[in-house]
Amino acid sequence: MLTLSTQLNTYLFIGAMLFGFGVFGLVKRPSLIGMLIAAELVLCGASVNFMAFNRFLAPDPTVGQIFTLFIMAIAAAEAAIAMSIVVAVYRNYKSIETEDLVDLQG
Amino acid sequence: MNISISPDLVPILREGIFLGLVVVTVFGAMLSTLAKRMTRAVLGLVVCFLGIAGIYYFLNSPFLALMQLLIYVGAVAITICFAIMLAEPDEMKMAAKTPGLAGPFAALLGGAVTWVLASTAMSAQWMAPAVKINEGSVKQVGESLLTTYSMVFELVSIVLLVAILGSVVVASYGRDKEEC
Repeated sequence: MLTLSTQLNTYLFIGAMLFGFGVFGLVKRPSLIGMLIAAELVLCGASVNFMAFNRFLAPDPTVGQIFTLFIMAIAAAEAAIAMSIVVAVYRNYKSIETEDLVDLQG
Repeated sequence: MNISISPDLVPILREGIFLGLVVVTVFGAMLSTLAKRMTRAVLGLVVCFLGIAGIYYFLNSPFLALMQLLIYVGAVAITICFAIMLAEPDEMKMAAKTPGLAGPFAALLGGAVTWVLASTAMSAQWMAPAVKINEGSVKQVGESLLTTYSMVFELVSIVLLVAILGSVVVASYGRDKEEC
């Protein structure tokens, strides 16, 4: 019990749990912003996994840190783009519910 | 000031802090997926990010912990706050319209994904490296970011530039129509 923070499996479990929460939110949320929040959780789960493997298994521990930085930059870009899409959609439809955006009958 | 802690107490303290961080992370994730109001969901996301920053600290990377605070808590969460202010999502009203099966189905799916990922990770045999060529300190991260992985550095710059310009263009789309 006292070696929990020095085991790879603990971190992998945390990453899997964050990923699961993200998938849960993506399916459950009826609005675009809720889905955006859940997508951030998915990215965080992936980052935690990368960092765990980086700490315990990588011969060169800078690789995972740089990749996690890359993921963070992508997440920031994604949040900015998603926000502008949400604003544009709200302006045209007066709603950001996924149920209302069915012009293509998807 | 010199605080001395007996060596027996150190692992207990360490594990206590670690478990606290894990609880904070899971609580934040639950709040951000289950909260009815969107502002509370963003607050949950911030709490979750704070916990993850602490976990990065445990993974020998204080640099990434600070970056997590700066980029995620400082930039991403604030961006989502702006999206909420500009689009005023009313999840209370939406929840009444959505079919009742969405929640249980989502919980089932999320649980299944977690279970599959976790059980795969636990049952796999991971091989520890024979030798570590460096410690992954901030200095070494900076050096390899500007030598071996300089392409990544440049790509990130271009991606961020394109994202900023693209979001300005997309957000301004349809603005003229409103005025007439």
